[in-house]
Amino acid sequence: MLRLVWLFIHLLAKIWYFVLTTIHTLNSYLISSGLLNKYTALDLTKLQHLAIVIESQEAYDIVRVIKLLCWLSDIGVKHICLYDMDGVLKKSKKIILEEMGSRLWHLEGDKMDLCLDPNQMTLEFISISDGKEGIAKAASFLCKRYLDVSASEEQDKTTFTEENMGKALEAVGLGGPQPNLLLVYGPVRCHLGFPAWRMRYTEIVHMGPLKSMKHGAIIKAIHKFAMVHQNYGT
Amino acid sequence: MEAMCSTLRNCVNKEKLCTLTRKCIFRILSVGPIPNHIAFIMDGNRRYARNYNMNEGEGHRSGFLALMSMLQYCYELGVKYVTIYAFSIDNFKRKPQEVEKVMDLMQEKIEGLLKEESFVKSYGVRVYFIGNLQLLREPVRLAAEKAMAATCKNDKAVLLICLAYTSTDEIVHAVQEACNERRAENEYLNSKEVDNDSSRVIGEKKNDMECAIQLADVEKHMYMAVAPDPDIVVRTSGETRLSNFLLWQTTYCYLYSPSALWPEISFRHLVWGVLNYQRAQPYLEKKKKQC
Repeated sequence: MLRLVWLFIHLLAKIWYFVLTTIHTLNSYLISSGLLNKYTALDLTKLQHLAIVIESQEAYDIVRVIKLLCWLSDIGVKHICLYDMDGVLKKSKKIILEEMGSRLWHLEGDKMDLCLDPNQMTLEFISISDGKEGIAKAASFLCKRYLDVSASEEQDKTTFTEENMGKALEAVGLGGPQPNLLLVYGPVRCHLGFPAWRMRYTEIVHMGPLKSMKHGAIIKAIHKFAMVHQNYGT
Repeated sequence: MEAMCSTLRNCVNKEKLCTLTRKCIFRILSVGPIPNHIAFIMDGNRRYARNYNMNEGEGHRSGFLALMSMLQYCYELGVKYVTIYAFSIDNFKRKPQEVEKVMDLMQEKIEGLLKEESFVKSYGVRVYFIGNLQLLREPVRLAAEKAMAATCKNDKAVLLICLAYTSTDEIVHAVQEACNERRAENEYLNSKEVDNDSSRVIGEKKNDMECAIQLADVEKHMYMAVAPDPDIVVRTSGETRLSNFLLWQTTYCYLYSPSALWPEISFRHLVWGVLNYQRAQPYLEKKKKQC
């Protein structure tokens, strides 16, 4: 009996999300078509870095990933960090870069310039090994320096700071900017192990599965992000 | 007098009815997986005070009442671990009077935890304070330490209060501890080698090799290592960032951000959060197992 009620409640939740998704889809089409005025001029000044987390199984769909990147390039996003847990995107880096170039070759002149200029968009590929494992690597680097210093100078104790840690991460090749906005493409609103060091005040927005990605939804997320006020704890 | 009595009786009946309904809903929810650990970012106290023309202190007091109900609901539901982000290191940058007021409130409430009628006693809650407690002023730190010591034998539920905490500070602290540990180990080994009359060169070579720190070495020194990773992080006010909270521990965690301000958070928000968690749980479990 209890189980039946539980199943019924989950069915209601499912229907609710179905209705919500339908509304969002319609809204996305309206935004893409340019019918909603408030979304026509996007303010990208706050969005210096964008991160995209993709569920690894969905990341095999390179065609969609490239389409997504081209959308973002058209919107005018300059720096993108692509993340998936298993490193599927890292492995497909070459194909993505090549494909993006060739795809753009077939586009009309004005758009072609957008992506072919290396200053227009930078791409970074990371996976779960760049997160916690990266911190362990930076810790080893710091520890070595710490032991060297304490051996030579008879220093009693060095106190590490966040700045030391940031520099150590850079020294082991795992530094990088803090994305302002992180879009999650996957079934659940979860960052799936995106490097902790780079996520302090990042806005995390769940975009649903990659296979149902919508251009309008990205515009909406970026527009909403531009409106957010952050006071960084103060 | 009679009118008063009947009002009182009505209130009691209403409360009983609420408790009963709550228990029924929890029984139904318990058919599915129940989160073992829920973490809360209690955002929106100041906005709440502004919306209702209260002073900021009143906003925090309303927030405390909301916290008490939320803890009660969580423990009734069977959630063993609850973590709250009470004060971040970045919050020290606020106006000094505001910081002082929040600290006063904190001290008052921490001391209140140990009173007979407190929920800590009734639910058998063990309290941990998580963060760089050295940054707190002495009376608050002492109250926190006393509360931890006084509840260390409770084992029915656990409340983790993040005070003077940020996730990046926690990471740096863990790395520091791991290095200190490595240094102590190396010194011990070196002294042993000197005792054994071994050559110094071998000792130095070893020293180089033994600088390597494994992930597990860092993880065991995290402040949050006393609890399993959270299953849900709730951030109120509809904000979607983690604000330097449990960044390390939320790899497989469902992030829930209801639009209510923290003092407005209620039973229905918790139920909706748990329902959403139950929808997400099979996927998150699968991901955990894959790693």
